Amino acid sequence: MANRREFIKIAGLGLGGLVMSNPAINAFTNTFLQDESSLLTGGMTRTPTYCEVCFWKCAGWVSQDKEGKIKQITGNQEDQHSNGRFCPRGTAGAGMYYDEDRLKTPLIRTEERGKQVFREASWDEALDYVADKMKSIGEKYGNECTALLTHGSGGKYFGNLIRAFGSDSIAAPSYAQCRGPREVAFHMTFGEGVQSPERTDIRDTRCLVLIGSHLGENMHNGQVQEMSDAIDKGASVITVDPRYSTAASKSKYWLPIKPSTDLALLLAWINVIISEGWYDRDYVEKYTYGFDYLKEHVKNMTPEWAYGITTLKPEIIRESAREMADSAPSVIVHPGRHVTWYGDDTQRERAIAILNALLGSWGRRGGFYVPESVDIPSWPHPPYPEPKKNWKDAYPGKYNLAYETIASGICDATIPSLSKACNFKTWIVNGTNLLKTLPDQQKTIDAINELELLVVVDTMPMEITGYADVVLPECTYLERYDTIRNSPHREPAIAVRMPAAKPKYDSKPAYWMAKELAKRLGLEEYFSWNNIEEMLDWQLKQVGSSLEEMKSKGVKTFKRSYPLYFLEGEDFEFYTNTGKIELYSTAMAQEGFDPLPVYTAHEEPPRGYYRLIYGRAPSHTFSRTSNNINLTDIMEENSVWVNPRVAKLWGLKNRQEVYLENQDGIVSKFPIKVRITERIRWDSVFMVHGFGHDNKKLSRAYGKGASDAELITKVHTDPVMGGTGMRGNFVKFRFEPAKNEKVS
Amino acid sequence: MRYAMAVDTKKCVGCSDCVVACQAENNVPHGYAREWVVELVEGSYPNLEMELRSERCNHCDNAPCVRCCPTGASHIVEGGIVLVEHNKCIGCGACITSCPYDARYSHPEGYVDKCTFCEHLVKEGEDPACVAVCPTKCLYFGDLDDPRSEVSKVIKNRKYKTLIPEAGTDPQIFFLT
Ligand code: SF4
Ligand code: SF4
Ligand code: SF4
Repeated sequence: MANRREFIKIAGLGLGGLVMSNPAINAFTNTFLQDESSLLTGGMTRTPTYCEVCFWKCAGWVSQDKEGKIKQITGNQEDQHSNGRFCPRGTAGAGMYYDEDRLKTPLIRTEERGKQVFREASWDEALDYVADKMKSIGEKYGNECTALLTHGSGGKYFGNLIRAFGSDSIAAPSYAQCRGPREVAFHMTFGEGVQSPERTDIRDTRCLVLIGSHLGENMHNGQVQEMSDAIDKGASVITVDPRYSTAASKSKYWLPIKPSTDLALLLAWINVIISEGWYDRDYVEKYTYGFDYLKEHVKNMTPEWAYGITTLKPEIIRESAREMADSAPSVIVHPGRHVTWYGDDTQRERAIAILNALLGSWGRRGGFYVPESVDIPSWPHPPYPEPKKNWKDAYPGKYNLAYETIASGICDATIPSLSKACNFKTWIVNGTNLLKTLPDQQKTIDAINELELLVVVDTMPMEITGYADVVLPECTYLERYDTIRNSPHREPAIAVRMPAAKPKYDSKPAYWMAKELAKRLGLEEYFSWNNIEEMLDWQLKQVGSSLEEMKSKGVKTFKRSYPLYFLEGEDFEFYTNTGKIELYSTAMAQEGFDPLPVYTAHEEPPRGYYRLIYGRAPSHTFSRTSNNINLTDIMEENSVWVNPRVAKLWGLKNRQEVYLENQDGIVSKFPIKVRITERIRWDSVFMVHGFGHDNKKLSRAYGKGASDAELITKVHTDPVMGGTGMRGNFVKFRFEPAKNEKVS
Repeated sequence: MRYAMAVDTKKCVGCSDCVVACQAENNVPHGYAREWVVELVEGSYPNLEMELRSERCNHCDNAPCVRCCPTGASHIVEGGIVLVEHNKCIGCGACITSCPYDARYSHPEGYVDKCTFCEHLVKEGEDPACVAVCPTKCLYFGDLDDPRSEVSKVIKNRKYKTLIPEAGTDPQIFFLT
């Protein structure tokens, strides 16, 4: 295939000739209002924000000195996501604003002397270019051939634009590459998803069960705080992980499971809890459907059966089940967050949901609470046109249970094939470095090569920008307004983000870009507000607040309208086919899937290879933070964790640099340092996700560590909802780089 | 008055938020740190134990760094906080060598720097930056002479240890175990 789209390095661009604005104090907010309460001692000012360094969206304050320099970003005491304390990434957020490697001006791909390069463009030029292209591509193929791939707050505005334009193919990799299976599984069981932030009542739990979920290393702020509170109050933690994670070190029981066998353990737990009669009889009787099927289904799945699969001793399986049952209903078998592992992830999550149902923890204090959010109307706009097709037409009859769009599905559907009725020709990619978030990089690149227009909106020159036709520099969250944060929680609450500084360089907020594009596409009526303040203020007034109030408060909490937990003996209709909690899933049966989870063995590492397990470090959010100077100070590269026995076999030394080669012969582009540690099983290696950047323009992140994403070339697709299982990849060590290093 | 800190190793997750907040609060130059996180692993798979803890200057009662300082730049103020007066410091590094905890570093501007217990905040009645930010609330700070202070309470109710007690420095940071 002709490589029409060469990768262009954004080097040395964007500095000449263009205005570089200085961070002026509240230059934006001043135009609206500046009230007393935002003044701190010593001439400091503070502006409300919610953090964009990860999806947790903690609300807080940006404190600035008289010169407008950002001194601190701290949590808002009223905020349930942060309880007044940010995590290290949020505390370090100013590093994103001050990053000198930021995208500075719009860029357009052009050809100069036979070579593809970017040229700097004005906003008018860039937006005209994008709008003209969108129009002509739409005329040729239909507006449905436009897709939006997004992660982050700006997606809302681009979503409005794309829908108005006539497409509803809008995807976030956080679904099919992350939490999708759990949402589907909980929907199938309880008729509702887990949502974000998770409705886990960790604060008041007596027993927290983590399955491969490494709280403390993934700093989902509120959850980590609550885990700490729970430990303080004497709760026990049970951790299932082939790695001795931070959470494992705080656990009463650590179950060092053989990777890929979690479902067998879950079924054995279900077996024990049923056969010992430790389940919540009243709850099961009143609320659930299919108990007898379940009982029959698991009757032979004893701890002894699971022992042979998981390598976990039967008595540990029984004891830990007892621990859960003793704590019930104040027990949480945590659904996890990144759960796309082996391709049967919806089934594993179903087993988790079933276990919670048996323990009666759903809707109970110390289990799962019933979250509530605020009803905020959208700014009025005409109805969206009805798209004639969307990404689902590329998969007739498949993924009917997926509630959200599958990013990898859009990627697949972009590569033309006879069987796929929907091909995308335009992608707008907002705030997600697809080359690192989607598995199988080559496939993503192949899809990109089929596009007629790729627009990338980002703050940083991430790898994906190198493939763009047009790059639109977004300002950071510290320089912009955004949608009102309205996430479900114990108390319904809203939070606002206001600009603490004027956008640096020639960057702009997403809402502005979307509105400007709408203008050019004749869709202005979908963005009929004059300015963002007007829209936000209107929305806030609908719920009895105002922009002025929110400027001084940052967060506003409302009264609940229904109880936080199920009331004792309360009748409850669940949003499932049977109106009950479905232990036996009728919807899954209808779709031809196992209505009760069945354990299947997964491929094991070939001789001389180790399973590649990836995860998080508390100081980074994937690739988003890897160039942030405040965080590279804490951790500038990842390492590959190797068990001492394996290290001995390969003659590896601590901090020695090696390359990793996967089962398909793909070799990591950069070497990675070995970390010899007892904390990892001998059949696996571990590395933190988000490193190994190959764009030189990321001056601190370039070539630091290796990228797990490039080694994930084998994907096990979840037949239920299209999730991309990524833990079925195996690596070995190599002492020299790939023979003919292919630079993309 | 005797300021002290307790670090609950049962709760610390080693996230380094304390370090990031300290850098910002105290303008610590990039590449240097006044505090750091230690991970100690014992045993072999799967019989393991791990301790995570955030460390900084111990504000020792019997501080060798103060005793050996030729200029008097290293000194002790109200509440037992050990400080370095940047203007007086000649950067000779005697204190760096004398500190058994490696708690001091040479600032690129030519003086020696270290944790101050955020004395500028503490005297305003606020917590040090690390204590205020820690998401797991595993850091406790206060006056040991006041039995009602957070730090006095946890030390009374919990088992704890200090680091390298055999050095005889009488450290004032207590690690709850
Ligand atoms: S958890 Fe940390 S990075 Fe995520 S939103 Fe909260 S403060 Fe920001
Ligand atoms: S901020 Fe708290 S939890 Fe994080 S490393 Fe420091 S002391 Fe430990
Ligand atoms: S820890 Fe080191 S620098 Fe701090 S008081 Fe003790 S000896 Fe001095």
